[in-house]
Amino acid sequence: MGTRDTDWEGVRLHVVTGKGGTGKTTVAGALALALASGGKKVLLMEVEGRQGIAQLFDVPPLPYAERKIAVAPTSLAEHPGDVFALVADPESALIEYLEMFYSMKLAGAALTRLGVFDFATTIAPGLRDVLLTGKAAEAVRRKGGGGRAYDAVVMDAPPTGRIGRFLNVSTEISGLAKVGPIRGHADTVQNVIRSPQTVVHFVTLLEEMPVQETLDGIAELRALGGIRAGAIMINMTRSLPLPASQLQAAADGQLDPDLIAVGLKAAGLDDSGQLAAELAAELAGQAKTTLGQQEQRDRLAEAGQPCYDLPWISDGMDLAGLYRLAAALRTQGAA
Amino acid sequence: MAQAAPRGDPGGRSAGTTPPPLDVDRLIDDRRNRIIVCCGSGGVGKTTIAAAIGLRAAERGRHVVVLTVDPAKRLAQSMGLTSLDNTPRPVHGLSSAGAGDANPGGSLHAMMLDMKRTFDEIVEAHAEPGRAAQILDNPFYQSLSSSFAGTQEYMAMEKLGQLRRAEEWDLIVVDTPPSRSALDFLDAPQRLARFLDGRLLRLLTAPAKFGGRAGLRMLNAGFGMVTGVLTKVLGGQMLRDVQTFVSALDTMFGGFRERADYTYKLLRAPGTAFLVVASPETDALREASYFVERLDTERMPLAGLIVNRVHRSPAAHLSAARSLAAAETLHAAAAANPGTWSDPSTEPDSDYALAIAALRLHADRMQQAAEERRQAEHFTAAHPLVPVTEVPAQPDDVHDLTGLRAIGDFFGKPE
Ligand SMILES: Nc1ncnc2c1ncn2[C@@H]1O[C@H](COP(=O)(O)OP(=O)(O)OP(=O)(O)O)[C@@H](O)[C@H]1O
Ligand SMILES: Nc1ncnc2c1ncn2[C@@H]1O[C@H](COP(=O)(O)OP(=O)(O)O)[C@@H](O)[C@H]1O
Ligand SMILES: [Mg+2]
Ligand SMILES: [Mg+2]
Repeated sequence: MGTRDTDWEGVRLHVVTGKGGTGKTTVAGALALALASGGKKVLLMEVEGRQGIAQLFDVPPLPYAERKIAVAPTSLAEHPGDVFALVADPESALIEYLEMFYSMKLAGAALTRLGVFDFATTIAPGLRDVLLTGKAAEAVRRKGGGGRAYDAVVMDAPPTGRIGRFLNVSTEISGLAKVGPIRGHADTVQNVIRSPQTVVHFVTLLEEMPVQETLDGIAELRALGGIRAGAIMINMTRSLPLPASQLQAAADGQLDPDLIAVGLKAAGLDDSGQLAAELAAELAGQAKTTLGQQEQRDRLAEAGQPCYDLPWISDGMDLAGLYRLAAALRTQGAA
Repeated sequence: MAQAAPRGDPGGRSAGTTPPPLDVDRLIDDRRNRIIVCCGSGGVGKTTIAAAIGLRAAERGRHVVVLTVDPAKRLAQSMGLTSLDNTPRPVHGLSSAGAGDANPGGSLHAMMLDMKRTFDEIVEAHAEPGRAAQILDNPFYQSLSSSFAGTQEYMAMEKLGQLRRAEEWDLIVVDTPPSRSALDFLDAPQRLARFLDGRLLRLLTAPAKFGGRAGLRMLNAGFGMVTGVLTKVLGGQMLRDVQTFVSALDTMFGGFRERADYTYKLLRAPGTAFLVVASPETDALREASYFVERLDTERMPLAGLIVNRVHRSPAAHLSAARSLAAAETLHAAAAANPGTWSDPSTEPDSDYALAIAALRLHADRMQQAAEERRQAEHFTAAHPLVPVTEVPAQPDDVHDLTGLRAIGDFFGKPE
């Protein structure tokens, strides 16, 4: 099958960023699963060397190699899909690059051993970045089995604060390397990143700081020009099932505890009104939080990008939780 | 599942793992304490807690400067920090309500760290003008000073040293950079210093200098090969830029390490106290644990752990299970009475709607609280002697002095 309309037709590189701790790795994993369903082959790539993917999928630490780590959720009508994982580190990417283009495998190893590599990427972080984005671009363009090696690549990318520099490799490098092969490599990578095949998704919570970072990040991409912002993934949402009128009253502390007491009594939890007052106070706090979140939602809407909700998984994040997040993404048209 | 907590124990803490209480007020009232460092992993509330402590200390009579690294926009504005100018600014609007019997009359300054400017200032202080300009202009310096992982930590330390030497305040509260790992604050400055006077950097500066020494000849041969590869891959221009940069920095090598060592000593000296901040979650508390252990090895003084953003219910005597069961009972009753609520998939509008919402929320809260407590107990099991206090999650972001004061109030009533 695989002929559903989704919001990202034609996109093959999904870069997932967001403020630290908002759920980049988790959402990238869920998105990879969602994109793989219906018999697709997806590469989930990690670039910060933290083994976040291994933790997420509960497998042993992953090497610099593409390994199948999960089968996508399927319905009866669909073929299963595959998610492969790759932990890309810049040193291995460099050695691979030197080998591929110059047959200089030993030289690469020597660079690493003498600390030259560390040194070079320290004073020129753009070098490290271009090796990592270069690996992603290579996977996107790679041919295999008569077609594309992968239908899509999902990258668990650096946080919002660094994403502009990270993706703007060509410009970052050109300040340092005016000519030469690295420069040429950077330009090739840039062509992939600045094509309609690539979008950058932002993971956020409905709190002031992550929302601000998301808006700043989207503005930064727009200012760079040519790098496309994708969706806003609102993570860990929780609902409070109260009608709008009562929500406001609750937040203002105007709820009549007697309205709760009626129910408590009917459920056999009568306790002279004290419990009702305590629950009303608890509800008031949550109502305030919910209204604040609504405000953040409105701010996000102004960015004009598609927004998806990813529910809070209350019983601990595991593969089942990840499948639920993937399903949520699918229902909302993200994949 | 959450168990019913015994009545009359709103904290619901189980016996056996109660840590000593952390008395933040005593810490800030003790005038021998001159530096308080708030550490922890990213997003746990370090900046907020640092600001709240600074405000409370000032309102209890101390002359305080808060060094923040990355305050939320609205919080910064409320403290009068409208631009990143690297200078302490007075914070207006103090009150002395939280003073207790202490003697008010304190003051509060706040500043936001500008890491690039701090770096530039060090260069200007250490190199003669011509050389300084050469360094500041170099593309590699610019990249290093704005994006080397660790520059922010180094500069926060540097600024702390400067504030301490200024002797204008009797208490400095330091927020630490938003790195993933709390340990970065201790490790990064050394890493930067090590990098700046590293062997490779010296070799790159003047490989010829070492040419005559037997032991280094081999290394040099390897080095020639390396430069060959680098030239091929990066281009000769880039290598020349690097060498210019490195030789320009050459004058400053000693300075960097010296300064890093000075601040390190400061952190170990009497009068410094570390507060570790964590949210009640596995990752944050694991980081807190690492940090506590590290402080111990470094012989740096730990005051205690602040668990921030905990969820505590005012109705802790009603267990999650009972609450959920009651909600289900009411839900069934409402659904059985289509006169008041015809479509259970819509928002309930029966007489019980509010009770149902309140009970479900409560059950959720109790489960969350139980999970949080479990996480905190893990920490305490490993570090039974570390004093702990909790700050509840506020319904809203903390974005003004009133909000900071509300946080500070919890320091007045340690458990
Ligand atoms: N929808 C969700 N429901 C419940 N828990 C979640 C959800 N999404 C993420 N989490 C949890 O939040 C924590 C942070 O998530 P994650 O590691 O994916 O964030 P990150 O942005 O990749 O963090 P970092 O910046 O450290 O890389 C994890 O413990 C994860 O299990
Ligand atoms: N106890 C609390 N209750 C509610 N919100 C809080 C609390 N502590 C911190 N916050 C909010 O959490 C966000 C992150 O806090 P911040 O202090 O900037 O964290 P850090 O400095 O550790 O990265 C801010 O929006 C802040 O207002
Ligand atoms: Mg991650
Ligand atoms: Mg902070």
